[in-house]
Amino acid sequence: MQDALGTARTGGTWTRFKAQPLSNTWLFIRRWPIIPIAILVLLVLTAAFAPWIAPHGEQQSDLRATRAPPSFLNPEWYAERPNVENRYLFGTDHVGRDILSRMIYGARISLMVATISLAGGIIVGSAVGLAAGYYGGLIDEIAMRAVDAWLALPFLMIALIVAVTIGQSLTTVMGLLALIAWSGGVRNVRAEVLSLRERDYVLVARIAGASSLRIMIRHLVPGVFNTIVVLATLRVGGLILAEASLSFLGAGIPLPTPTWGNMVSEGRSFLNDAWWIAFFPGLAIFLVVMSLNFLGDWLRDRLDPRLRQLN
Amino acid sequence: MRQFLIRRFFFSIVTLITATLVVFTLSRLSGDPLLLYAKPGGYGVLPAQVEALEQKLGLDKPLVFQYFIWLGQVVRGDLGNTLLSESPVTSVIGDKLGPTIKLGLAAWVFAVVLGVPLGVFSAVKRGTFLDYLGRGFALFGQALPVFWIGIMAILIFAVNLEWLPSGTLPSHEPLSVQWKHFVLPTIALGWLPAAVYVRLTRSAMLEVLDSEFVKLARAKGVRGQTIIWKHALRNALIPPITVSALVMASFLEGSVVVESVFSWPGLGRQAVESIFNNDFPLLTGIVLLFAVLYVVMNIIADLLYVVVDPRIRLN
Repeated sequence: MQDALGTARTGGTWTRFKAQPLSNTWLFIRRWPIIPIAILVLLVLTAAFAPWIAPHGEQQSDLRATRAPPSFLNPEWYAERPNVENRYLFGTDHVGRDILSRMIYGARISLMVATISLAGGIIVGSAVGLAAGYYGGLIDEIAMRAVDAWLALPFLMIALIVAVTIGQSLTTVMGLLALIAWSGGVRNVRAEVLSLRERDYVLVARIAGASSLRIMIRHLVPGVFNTIVVLATLRVGGLILAEASLSFLGAGIPLPTPTWGNMVSEGRSFLNDAWWIAFFPGLAIFLVVMSLNFLGDWLRDRLDPRLRQLN
Repeated sequence: MRQFLIRRFFFSIVTLITATLVVFTLSRLSGDPLLLYAKPGGYGVLPAQVEALEQKLGLDKPLVFQYFIWLGQVVRGDLGNTLLSESPVTSVIGDKLGPTIKLGLAAWVFAVVLGVPLGVFSAVKRGTFLDYLGRGFALFGQALPVFWIGIMAILIFAVNLEWLPSGTLPSHEPLSVQWKHFVLPTIALGWLPAAVYVRLTRSAMLEVLDSEFVKLARAKGVRGQTIIWKHALRNALIPPITVSALVMASFLEGSVVVESVFSWPGLGRQAVESIFNNDFPLLTGIVLLFAVLYVVMNIIADLLYVVVDPRIRLN
């Protein structure tokens, strides 16, 4: 929409619309987030069918081919070693495990961690925002101050401490990320509810004798739903990055389980002679987070342009 | 205004107490800090020695007592001694604070100097190569994991090209040698905020350039460059300026990762080390400092709104 306005203003571009039918595909790609969606669909499919897609096991190591380079970059390496039967597309790590397979299994972890913690965080956050906006007064004050205090905690450090003290595990990481996720959207949901609750249809519902809970769930939630969806999409990327950072610092999901973050961390020790161990998992994080950001921006412009001020 | 400050001050205290209490409790949960010194019942360790040590560290009292004793010391400016080296926490923090602040400032300057002009060009030359460059730069900055930027920077510029050192800060060397050590960590830490500046400046500029007073200036025949840099940018700078305090605060978190990647002798790396060493006095001290800085930066951010844009009033 923005582009359409912009081009209309400068003029001349309208002729390009008609004169070049070829650019239709390009316009289509620009208007709809095709590439991000393709990447994300690919991610979900890979995660779901990991055992069938992965060419090797996540822990299966080939000691004849430790630190083997990516086969598409360095086929000579494989040609010189006839006893290495497999071709490793993204190379292998220091104990000869296939990087690609570990990344495919890692996709599972990343996706699961991000979705579950996001769902938990968003549900709690929206509920708090809803209650704060609807009831106002003391509840509002307490909720908003709690959010303020929460946002001022140095979270990465607290997460590190928790992971070290309680012990590293999948549940710890998911819990921690949910704790990060909940506070982000409270303000936006609250602001939305503040304006919605004064609308006539809400008043009518109240006159008709609807309970507060019913008003919130039946009448207010649909109104703030778009905001919640946009906030959620914009937040997943951050959660994936946070999970990766935790894993990287050695406080995420414990090691034999592959995650993209701890793969990068492992690869750090082998930068001199096996850069691919750290490179490909990081690239995957980048692509996924970028797609999510893209999609989030697009959804925001479509569903809830007022959130533009957010970034 | 005064009421606002008083309220904020009160809630800041609450925040600080929450943060330190959480850390205090957690660091005690992680197993006995005594294990760092002596394993009770271990070879050549007398029970009396363990007890003496417990008393010396104040670990024989209940946790709540320990917290209040600690709080009392903090108020008097004493953060206790570290477990590992037995030197005062304040002096360890003092040693490590310098490099962290230097790196933070460098990253902030990098972000502003690169981000704001790129945002302006991106808005003014909308739809051109410069716009795509600016937006691409922002896109990458927001999606690249900080630690991966660091590692790849080391791989390319330190390992392969051998142009720059891969990290650490030789504090005894003159600045002519030191600056090289700053380059890679600065980029790693500063890219994300630079992206934030690009996006904020760009959208603010687009909005301002579309406003009535800019049109009027155009109609009056004011030079294009003057309009952009004098009329429009001044107004468009409001969001970037107000976000600066928050950017600074985010460096605290960022420094934990970046300093670990580049073995930077700063507070972030010290924090990670103290966590893994279970050095609880040092850890609580650092978290307290981080929380204080964070809270102060947040208040500054709120105040900046009013200072920069008089139309906004605090309630």
